[in-house]
Amino acid sequence: MSAADVSILRRPNDRLRRRRAVNLAMEVLGWLAAAIGVALLVILVWSVAKRGASELSLDLFTKSQVPYAVSGTSQGLANAFVGSLVIVGIATAIALPFGILIAIYVSEFAPRAVRNGVNFVLDVLNGIPAIVIGVFIYGLIVLGRGQSGFAGSCALAVLMLPLVARSTIEILALVPNSLREAALGLGSPRWRATLGIVVPQAIGGILTGATLAVARVAGETAPLLLTTSIVGPGVHWNPRMALQSVPVAIYELTDSPIPSDHAIAWAGALVLILFILIVSLTARWLATRSRRKLARAAR
Amino acid sequence: MSALDTTDVARRPFTGRRARLGDLLLQGAAAVAALGATVIVGLIAWQLIKGARLSLSTFGLGFVTDVGWDPVHLHFGAATFLYGTAITSFGALLLGTPLALGIALFVSELAPSWLRGPVTALVETLAAVPSVIIGLWGILVLAPIMRDHVEPALHSSLGFVPLFGPPNSVGTGYLTAIVVLTIMIVPIISSISRELFLGVPNELKEGALGLGATRWETVRGVVFPYTRGGVAAAMILGLGRALGEAIAVALVIGAFNNSISGNVFGNGNTLGAWIAIQFLNAASNLEKSSLVYLGLILLVFSLVVNLLAQAIVRRSARKLGTPS
Repeated sequence: MSAADVSILRRPNDRLRRRRAVNLAMEVLGWLAAAIGVALLVILVWSVAKRGASELSLDLFTKSQVPYAVSGTSQGLANAFVGSLVIVGIATAIALPFGILIAIYVSEFAPRAVRNGVNFVLDVLNGIPAIVIGVFIYGLIVLGRGQSGFAGSCALAVLMLPLVARSTIEILALVPNSLREAALGLGSPRWRATLGIVVPQAIGGILTGATLAVARVAGETAPLLLTTSIVGPGVHWNPRMALQSVPVAIYELTDSPIPSDHAIAWAGALVLILFILIVSLTARWLATRSRRKLARAAR
Repeated sequence: MSALDTTDVARRPFTGRRARLGDLLLQGAAAVAALGATVIVGLIAWQLIKGARLSLSTFGLGFVTDVGWDPVHLHFGAATFLYGTAITSFGALLLGTPLALGIALFVSELAPSWLRGPVTALVETLAAVPSVIIGLWGILVLAPIMRDHVEPALHSSLGFVPLFGPPNSVGTGYLTAIVVLTIMIVPIISSISRELFLGVPNELKEGALGLGATRWETVRGVVFPYTRGGVAAAMILGLGRALGEAIAVALVIGAFNNSISGNVFGNGNTLGAWIAIQFLNAASNLEKSSLVYLGLILLVFSLVVNLLAQAIVRRSARKLGTPS
């Protein structure tokens, strides 16, 4: 083969050049997509931070909303913060044990067919839109009895249930079988092996999963709008009456034509988004850590 | 989960009475909880059918194709909302899928390893932003931009297509809702797709690259065909999220209840948004029942979407011979 032939082989022909151009274009598009994805979050958080930061003051946490306030009245969202705390707290108290029990059943007791069935039910429950859960709880609890913080808690608990159950199932599956076998081999009954050995091993992962679920439902608006939104003035702790909540307050203030209401909405949004971002990023970090620990234990 | 198969041996009945009682209690409580979840799903369906019964018996299935919502003459129909739901969710899917797949490909194929973690975390954090905050941003920040820049530009350049009619004077409408929904479904589609792309066996990719394929040709020829089913399922799950979103859409869609506008800048409404807006304002039992009927339609949609996604995943898993 002469030297000239080799140089022809080395020179990119038109076809190769086009393939490379297409490849480059696609790689640029990939970078662009990632940039847009990250930019969306940055823009959202920045918009909220810029508009909400100026309204952050002690008043926001100590004063309640004043209905039909004249522009300039100093008001805050204390009633909404307290309401959210009560509603989400009760929802967690319902969904956490319930969800963990489901997970224990699926990963420790259920025969294969039943396990698939329960997993399917959890998927279905997870896919039902939040507003439909709101309509469900309205029909089940609110109708005839009136709105209450408790009804809101029930709605949020239904939303949390599949999240808690699924994350717990995932983490229980990571607990090494040798631990179960060792416990049973030493003669401890199944219930003690499960509650005394398996669950404590996974408790970190279970709690981070629960925390992520709390962060998810703390921002839910639709179900609370139907179940606990018609509220009187002032701060209330009693879940038997309708309680204001942060997301519902933001929703209502956004719809208001008064600019000062928008300012409070931004401030509430800033507190909510900071809470959710900090909680979910920390939980995510803890989750990868505890997962790594379990993986190490399995080795 | 092979956790059980090995412990099955150890599951033989235990002799101690206390042990047996404890096992019985825990297993019973756990089984009751699992049954409880099933009962809740059933209760949801039953409660919605019960609530919608009045409207079901008054309007029947014609409700679905009937336009208009008239509380004064007690005439209700779902067509406006079905149209709005369809145009906004499919619009969001159209806009969001390429973006989400681009992000997933970036993370799995292109990104230098130090950039992978941060980009994944940031995009998935987007899914944690509450819908009410996206709606707040949509109406107070996005809508003015749509009104002043995006909509006039689209109208003047693409105005010959009837889809891009005269711009909206407020900036609300279908297109703004589509943008908002896109933000909400991108993290869902991209995180599922990323996992799928990362699951493509390296030998296949290396084979293609070794034969001289460019990176893009490897993606098109190996990664996409290998993950086709899963990506379709991810898109369907994204669609399900978009179909059911109420609050963010309620804030930005303009909330008109009897317009079916071919113009993407037009105001309209969706099933979820209209329930959120109107439920507590409903003036009559028939109106409330009709709103529950809308919820029932939404429930059916979400069930169909879930079943479809699962069927696709199962089929493609069987085809590839890998248990998913």
